[in-house]
Amino acid sequence: MANDISQGLSCPVPMNDYPTIVLAHGGGGKLTHQLIERVFKKHFSNPDLDLMHDGAMVTVDAGRIAMSTDSYVVSPIIFPGGNIGELAVNGTVNDIAMCGAQPKYLSASFIIEEGLSMAELETIVASMALSAKKAGVSIVTGDTKVVPRGKADKVFITTSGVGTIPEGRSIHPSRIKAGDAIIISGTIGDHGMAVMSVREGLEFESEIRSDTCALNGLVEEMYRVSPEIHFLRDPTRGGVASTMNEIAASAQKGIRLYEKSIPANENVRSACEILGFDPLYVANEGKLIAIVSSSESAKVLSAMKKHPAGTESAIIGEVTDDHPSVVVLQTAIGGERVVDMISGEQLPRIC
Amino acid sequence: MCLAIPGRIEFIDAASNPKMAKVNFGGIIKNVCLDFLPEAGMHDYVLVHVGVALTKVDEKEALETIELFKQMGDALDELKEGDPA
Amino acid sequence: MKYLDEFRDPVFAKTLSENIHKVTTRPWTIMEICGGQTHSIVKSGLENLLPSSLSIVHGPGCPVCVTPLEMIEKAIIIARKPNVIFTSFGDMLRVPGSTSDLLTVKANGGDVRIVYSPLDAVTIAEKNPDKEVVFFAVGFETTAPANAMAVWQAHKKNLKNFSILCSHVLVPPAMEALLSSSTNRVQGFLAAGHVCTVMGYEEYIPLAKKYNVPIVVTGFEPTDILHGILMLVTQLEEGRCELENQYSRMVKKEGNIPAQQMIFNVFEISNRKWRGIGEIPKSGYSLKKEFMHFDAEEKFSLGIVTVEESPLCIAGNILRGLNKPFECSAFGNQCTPESPLGAPMVSSEGACAAYYNYKRQNVAASGSGLVNKKH
Repeated sequence: MANDISQGLSCPVPMNDYPTIVLAHGGGGKLTHQLIERVFKKHFSNPDLDLMHDGAMVTVDAGRIAMSTDSYVVSPIIFPGGNIGELAVNGTVNDIAMCGAQPKYLSASFIIEEGLSMAELETIVASMALSAKKAGVSIVTGDTKVVPRGKADKVFITTSGVGTIPEGRSIHPSRIKAGDAIIISGTIGDHGMAVMSVREGLEFESEIRSDTCALNGLVEEMYRVSPEIHFLRDPTRGGVASTMNEIAASAQKGIRLYEKSIPANENVRSACEILGFDPLYVANEGKLIAIVSSSESAKVLSAMKKHPAGTESAIIGEVTDDHPSVVVLQTAIGGERVVDMISGEQLPRIC
Repeated sequence: MCLAIPGRIEFIDAASNPKMAKVNFGGIIKNVCLDFLPEAGMHDYVLVHVGVALTKVDEKEALETIELFKQMGDALDELKEGDPA
Repeated sequence: MKYLDEFRDPVFAKTLSENIHKVTTRPWTIMEICGGQTHSIVKSGLENLLPSSLSIVHGPGCPVCVTPLEMIEKAIIIARKPNVIFTSFGDMLRVPGSTSDLLTVKANGGDVRIVYSPLDAVTIAEKNPDKEVVFFAVGFETTAPANAMAVWQAHKKNLKNFSILCSHVLVPPAMEALLSSSTNRVQGFLAAGHVCTVMGYEEYIPLAKKYNVPIVVTGFEPTDILHGILMLVTQLEEGRCELENQYSRMVKKEGNIPAQQMIFNVFEISNRKWRGIGEIPKSGYSLKKEFMHFDAEEKFSLGIVTVEESPLCIAGNILRGLNKPFECSAFGNQCTPESPLGAPMVSSEGACAAYYNYKRQNVAASGSGLVNKKH
């Protein structure tokens, strides 16, 4: 009888196994706890996280550290070659690696729209765990909020990270000198066009896959052969063109790129032709641009090509004292043009 | 004014109305309306604008244009060889 | 890609460039009508391969640039309506009306969707029977068969919830408007190859004769354009004024007859206003009477929407090649690619936008020997 009463007081009986995220998963109560245990802790588990304290207490080597934070929003959240979870881990790992640092710890914060399927969330969380493992980092703290339907687009993930900068490494625009070689670690545009291929209204069939991957291993390999790495950036949003413009402006140097040396997969080039996109402006999620002293460039390039994340690395241009803060492309046909920053995102053209 | 790209017909849906085909553009496959090219068949190259095929690529003419470019280049080379400078 | 890469060969480009230098003995002003060709010229940096005595004028052949302000305004009014799905080609979304643009309407909750093809808009209408689906039917003759097909399909499927906001324009009347102007400077035209795949080139023959101007139907790849310029300059130097076809692999004299039939099933020729130029008689398509129920202007009883272009803007003169963009008082000040006042600053290939970037380059590169461009 007492049992009946207690059931009556908490009526209706709360479900334990929701197939979708509901608001209560973010309420801080039983369901939140369950979500953490059954999804997040299950996949991310490590001694630092498992303490489940308000924050993580970790140890790093004495010296300089690098910190980075980034929020990830992408539609659709699962796309050919990856999902938002992989982007969130690899993206922050790469941002830290671009400081010449060795990424160690990440935090992960989720804003989930109610109605997201538990299976999709678990797919994303599992691939975050796998990506973190591959990159050699631990996810040591996190947060989850659930917002009503329509207040977010399925899931937004923010990751922050710290890494340590070994003695003797320095990434700074002031180190960029005329004559330096510009190296890219592989084909451009794969991520942006993979997402575009499943975007509603513009879909096409192709083998294009996102290039999302962690680049910290590649960076270590580069430093192993040469300290003369003057600058590193990953050309994500806005593509190679935007990154090169930012570098040219911050270093007050000119940049010359050689179109015919810039690697791109044929299907990515083709997709760009159809939609009227310029692959130079299309996003990458697993590529880096390195600015390296010209005397060391051959050595660095050869080391990059031996690493799985850099097999298609190529020298694509050079730094010059001419035309400071302007990026000039020597076109494949033999002409020249200025490569400007883009205003807004590329939209499919008819003309 | 008009972005149009050549691609190869890989499948024609004879039952569809308007007549639709799958066209391969260098590894990208899109559905394309073939209604205005009744003569186009499998493996033909067609020029496509906003999802509609507008013309069949004339291979003979394409090769002739390329041949013309080659001949122009040869003529220039001969001229340069004859030039003592 | 086959039939593209062969026409991007740098060796052929060099050959053609050398030949153009060889035949050019005097300054000539030529116009490429088509925005797609402008894009190809800018993207490949072709102007560096041409003699400095050749002046290449970018023409009014960009549907994005020439769609009149009133039409953009009408699109915005329709797209703001609560029960409407407004569909459009991507590049129309950024074009500013008098106070807003379609991207902003979308940001404010309007259901604005980018489609690749007008046929996709018909599919959206079928899937959303409780919504009004409107397609922004802009474009030249190249796009007309697709847009006509969309209306035809909606008609056959008896779709009551589909309509188009029609702003179709035609190339030959615009060329004639430029040529008949007393201030015309253009001495030869590259005609738009893709327009001619649909319409053929017979209608350009009398234009070449009447105005003593050579016209070369030209393709879009870099070597096509260089080849077209070579053919055009050769004619000018020899004093010929003929219609020639550089783009023979795609263009037949008669064009695509079934596509033309579809156009005239649905559309009739009408007067059209061009942004930056004004009204040109018989320069566009409108829906025929029997298809008026697919006309969004009728369906939403829009009536006359009046909007004023900025009085500072001298776009009309620029599109005719009479003024250089930097001669405009607003250029680079009130008018920039981020906040354009007039058509040629709207699209990245518009003459003013091209100059805006060039100016940046020129200042930055002064003394470097980098720039060898002229307009």
